[in-house]
Amino acid sequence: MSETLTKIVVNCETGVQEIIPLTVEEIAQREADAAAYAAQKAIDDAAQAAAAEAKASGLAKLLALGLTEAEANALVK
Amino acid sequence: MATTFTLISSVTVGGGGSAVIEFTSIPQTYTDLQILLSVRSSTAAGNSNCFIYLNGTFGTSYAQQRLSGDGSNVVSDSQTSYPWVDMINAIPNATYTANTFGSAQIYIPNYASSNNKSLSVDFVGENNSTTSYIYITAGLFQNSSGITSITIDGTDNFVQYSTAYLYGISNA
Repeated sequence: MSETLTKIVVNCETGVQEIIPLTVEEIAQREADAAAYAAQKAIDDAAQAAAAEAKASGLAKLLALGLTEAEANALVK
Repeated sequence: MATTFTLISSVTVGGGGSAVIEFTSIPQTYTDLQILLSVRSSTAAGNSNCFIYLNGTFGTSYAQQRLSGDGSNVVSDSQTSYPWVDMINAIPNATYTANTFGSAQIYIPNYASSNNKSLSVDFVGENNSTTSYIYITAGLFQNSSGITSITIDGTDNFVQYSTAYLYGISNA
């Protein structure tokens, strides 16, 4: 990325606003946070996908047993 | 019922953009806080996110429950021991309709108390497309200190004319 990352800091007591370039450490922390978030989101997404897949599979098995769609849906809600 | 609604401070992002907006030295004299955001990200591709931290605290102090929609799917999820309260994929960026901004309202009741702090967040993106995100988030900050700083962190830079307004609400 070529743009300079900055932060605007507003002191609510004095009203003074400063625009401060992010330090190398802050940028590194930010990137680490983003990576940690992405890893956690991948885990969450996988869990959601697995839950949806299990629900669909269960629904299909209930329908195969002869339940109506409304009955099966009521059970897997 | 709130009896006063006072602008504490506001920010309008300038021409260079800014990745972070931070309110510091927040007076402890109000009952509740409210932040109104209008932001757009400089991100050129993919999605843009927005995170909120309180008192400069990262780590595992946060929990949240979210309800989100993107125009075709509705998803609810929750996170515990989480590093922040967030609104994911919600910020309009270069892939969105030009000159559109996302709008958020963040309400923090009893922010100066020694109890854990709750956050109520709603966020809507704007896009002339079938895909645009909305979020309703219930956040928890597990910390006994009064809130003295609020940091709003986006993916890449918030673009020029993005704004953040911090209000103090007093019930007496």
